[in-house]
Amino acid sequence: MSKRLVQAEFNVERDPERCIQCQVCVRQCSNQVHAYDEEAEQVTCDEASCVGCQRCATLCPTGAITIKKAPPDFAPDNNWTSDVIQNIYRQAETGGVLLSAMGNDTAKTSWWDNILLNASQVTNPSIDPLREPMELTTFLGAKPNAVELSFDDQGGPSLATKLAPQLVLSTPIMFSAMSYGAISYNAFESLARAAGQYGTFANSGEGGLHKDFWPHGPNMIVQVASGRFGVDIDYLKVAAAVEIKIGQGAKPGIGGHLPGEKVDERISQTRMIPVGSDAISPAPHHDIYSIEDLRQLIYSLKEATRYQKPISVKIAAVHNVAAIASGIVRAGADIVAIDGYKGGTGAAPTMIRNNVGIPIEFALAAVDDRLRQEGIRNQASVVACGGFRSSADVVKAIALGADAVYIGTAALVALGCHLCQKCYTGKCNWGIATQDPYLTRRLNPDIGARRLVNLLRGWSHEIKEMMGGMGINAIESLRGNREHLRGVGLSDRELSILGIKAAGE
Amino acid sequence: MRLLHRKQFPTSKDISGCAISGMMSEIGAPMSGEAIIRSIANMHDRSNGLGGGFAAYGIYPEMRDRYALHVMYDAIDDKQETERLISRWCTVYGDETIPTRPSALVRHPPILHRYFVNIKPEVMERFCDETEDDAIVDLVMTINNESKGGFVFSSGKNMGVFKGVGFPEDIGEFYRLDEYQAYIWTSHGRFPTNTTGWWGGAHPFSLLDWSVVHNGEISSYGINKRYLDNFGYKCALHTDTEVIAYLFDLLVRKHRLPFEAACLAMAPPFWPQLERLPETRRELARTLRIVYGGALLNGPFSVLVGHSGGMVGFNDRTKLRPMVGARKGDMVYMASEEGAIREVCNDPEVVWHAAGGVPIMAHLKEPEKVIGAEATARLKAHSCKLPAGAWQESPRAGRAAASVQ
Ligand code: SF4
Ligand code: SF4
Ligand code: SF4
Repeated sequence: MSKRLVQAEFNVERDPERCIQCQVCVRQCSNQVHAYDEEAEQVTCDEASCVGCQRCATLCPTGAITIKKAPPDFAPDNNWTSDVIQNIYRQAETGGVLLSAMGNDTAKTSWWDNILLNASQVTNPSIDPLREPMELTTFLGAKPNAVELSFDDQGGPSLATKLAPQLVLSTPIMFSAMSYGAISYNAFESLARAAGQYGTFANSGEGGLHKDFWPHGPNMIVQVASGRFGVDIDYLKVAAAVEIKIGQGAKPGIGGHLPGEKVDERISQTRMIPVGSDAISPAPHHDIYSIEDLRQLIYSLKEATRYQKPISVKIAAVHNVAAIASGIVRAGADIVAIDGYKGGTGAAPTMIRNNVGIPIEFALAAVDDRLRQEGIRNQASVVACGGFRSSADVVKAIALGADAVYIGTAALVALGCHLCQKCYTGKCNWGIATQDPYLTRRLNPDIGARRLVNLLRGWSHEIKEMMGGMGINAIESLRGNREHLRGVGLSDRELSILGIKAAGE
Repeated sequence: MRLLHRKQFPTSKDISGCAISGMMSEIGAPMSGEAIIRSIANMHDRSNGLGGGFAAYGIYPEMRDRYALHVMYDAIDDKQETERLISRWCTVYGDETIPTRPSALVRHPPILHRYFVNIKPEVMERFCDETEDDAIVDLVMTINNESKGGFVFSSGKNMGVFKGVGFPEDIGEFYRLDEYQAYIWTSHGRFPTNTTGWWGGAHPFSLLDWSVVHNGEISSYGINKRYLDNFGYKCALHTDTEVIAYLFDLLVRKHRLPFEAACLAMAPPFWPQLERLPETRRELARTLRIVYGGALLNGPFSVLVGHSGGMVGFNDRTKLRPMVGARKGDMVYMASEEGAIREVCNDPEVVWHAAGGVPIMAHLKEPEKVIGAEATARLKAHSCKLPAGAWQESPRAGRAAASVQ
C-alpha cells in the first residue's frame, strides 16, 4: 500500500524521562494509537489515528504525554488551507462523504460575542442575589392573552381561565435532545438524573426511552421524529412533554443513521427495531408534507396525551425560520424549539454542518419579533438551542426573546467530552458517544449527574448575578428585554435584525 | 408661593429620584390646586427643575361627557396639521388655549391648546366592536407617533394633565391650577436621569382617564414595551412611566381585571410567598404571574395611578422606592414623603408606609354622583376585592392591608 497523503492531525509526544511504561495509555486509547512493544519493553505510538481527545494525556499517571495539533502546514494559502487540502485527500481516497460531529467549528460562528450586557449604576440599584430573592422559575407552554375572572361569585372574583399544561423549570436551561444510541446508557442516565435533581428537563432525542429510564419521565421531554423509534402510547404517557423533531441545527434537511453495529440488545428494545439493524431516520416525516399535516400530528399527540402535556416542535434555523415558526404556533404547538447552525450532532456530513442553516442569534430575534408582530407570542414558548457555551450566552438569548435554552455540547463537556468531534466513530474514549461496554464504563452516572447539576447551578448563579446587575429580579423581566443588550462590531443591518442598539446608543 | 414654601424645607434631605404626591376626596368634594402645589413643593429637592406636572379629576363638569384633549405644539404649523386630523376624527364641542400665567421660572412653553371632543359616528363604524375609548386611544397614538410637532398629553373625560419643564410648583403656578377644582390631584416633580427635559416628557403620563406619576426606573422597560406592542400600544416617549399607563389601560380597561389583580400581575409576590397563599388566591396569583410575565414591572418604583373613580398607589415588590399613605376623614393622601402629606394635612388619622407590591387604593364612595352610572358599573367591577388572603409576607403587609378599607 502506498503511503497515505493525509497527514496526522495530532502529534503525540511522550517524555521518556517521565514515562514509566505503565501502559495506561495503551488501555485508554480506543483508537489504538499507543501500543506496547513486548520485546523492546516500551510503549510505542502511531499518531496517524489520534483524534486529539486528550484521554491518554489526562490519565497518564506521570503526565508524560502531550497531545498537540500537528502542523500539516502546507504552503500558506488562505483559500486552500491545510484542512481543505486534507479533506480532498480523504475523499480522493474513499469517495465518501466527509463526516463530522458536534457543532460547526468554522471561525465565523458566534454573534453572542458581539453582544454586550447592561448593568445598573446609580439610578437603579443593582440587586445582590445572595441577599435578595432572584427568580429564574420558567414556565413553558401556551399562555392565553388575558386572564379572565368570573365575577358572579360572592366570595370575590374567581379564576375563569384554565391554563394549558406547562413545564415548570427551576432555571431556564434544559438538556437538548441526545438519543440513547448516539450517547451511552450512562451518559443518558446522567442527563436524566441531573434534570430531575435540578428541576429541569432532559430530552430523550429520537431514539426512544428505555424502560430503565421511565422513572425519570417527569423530567423528560420525549421526541417523535421521522423514524418514530420507540414511540408507543406508554412512551408518550411517561414523559412530561412530547417534542416533534422536524429538524436539527447541525444538519437541517437531512435525516439520521445509526449504524446496525451499534444496535445492541438494549438499544434494540429502546428503539423497537431488531438487533443489528440500521436505524434510519428519513429526512422528512413521511406523514408531514405541509403545515396542515404538522397540525394533524400535533393534535394526534395532544389527543393521545389527553391535552395534559405541552407539545413542542423543534426545527432547524433556516432562512425562513420566522414564517415557519409562526406557522408552527398557529398549527397548535405549545413550544417551538429552534436549533441554530452551531448546534451539535453525533454525526453529520461536514459540508452540511458547516454551511446549512443560520445562526441562532438571528433566527431567535426574527422569530420573537414575528410572533410578537402577529400577536401570537403568548401562544407558545420559544426555546433556543445550538451552541450555548456559557451562562452569558444564555442571558443574551433570553434577553433576545427565548423563554429557555437547550444545551447539548456544554452538557457533554461537563461529562468529560473533549470536543474531538469524532462521535460518529463510536470510539469515544470518554464513554459518552459510544456503546462499547469497555468505554461506557468510564462514565459513572453518579459522578456524571453531579457534574451536570454543578454546571446548572454554576450557570444559574451567574445568570442571577447578571440579572441582579441589571436591576432585574425575575426572569420574566429579562425575557425579550433587548434594552439590556448592545452590539459591538455589528453592521446596521445586523443590529436591526437583532433588534438591539449599538454600544454607546 | 415658591419662595414661601422654600423656607420650610428641612435642611437634610436625600436627593434621590423624583417626588410624587396625590390627594383624593373620597366623597368627590372639589379642592383647588393650591394644596397639591404646596405638597409637591415640600419635596423640592427631589426634583431638579427639568419637569413637573399635575393631573386633576373633575375639572370640566360642564363638559364631562366629552374627551378633553390637551395638546402641545412646537409651532403653529403643527397645530394646523394636527387639528385637521382631530376634525377628521372628531366632533369638536369646544376648544381654547389652555390658560397660563407667564412666569420667568417657566421658560419656552410650547403652544398649549385643549379640545373637547367625541368621535364622529361615521368614524366609529370603522372600529367594529370596539368602543369610543379604543378610538380615542387610536387617535392619540396616531397623533403622537405620526404628527410632526403635535403631542396629546391628556385625553380623558372630565380630567386633565398639566405639565412642563420646570419645578412642579412653578408649573402649577404657570397653569393657574389654583383656579381649578378637582376631587383628585396627583403631582410629580422630576429628577430626570434618562431623557432630557422636554415638556411632553414630564409626568403625569396619561391615556384616557389614566394618569401615572412615577418615581423610579423600570428595568423591565424593554420587555414591557414589546409586550404592549403586541396589543397595539406604541410607546412613543421611550420612558418607563408611559408603559405603566398603558399597562393599566390594557389590564384594567381591556382585560377587565380588578385593580388589585392588575397590581398583582405587575408586582407579583415572589414564588415562595405565592406558594404560601390560601388556595383560591394562590391559583389566581400564579395564573396572573404566568400569563402576565411581560407586564411584570421590575426595578425600583413607586407609582400613583389616577383614574376617574379613584387613585391607586403601589410600589415594586422589594420596596426600593418610598411611598407613604395617610387618611383623614374622607381624604386619602399618598406621597413619596410623609412631610409632603403633613404639609397639607395637619393631623392625619393614620399614616403608614406601603408594603412592597401591596397597592393602596382609594375610591369614590358614591361614584354615581360624580362619574355617572355607566362608569360606576365599571368602577365597581374594577374595585372588587380578590379572594381573601394575606398579601405578601412582609412584616408591614398586615398593617398596610388593615389600614386600607
Ligand atoms: S500512561 Fe504515561 S507513563 Fe504510562 S505508559 Fe503511557 S505515557 Fe508512559
Ligand atoms: S486518540 Fe485520544 S487517547 Fe488516543 S492518543 Fe489521541 S489523545 Fe490519546
Ligand atoms: S462525545 Fe466523545 S467522541 Fe464526541 S466529541 Fe466528545 S469526546 Fe469526542
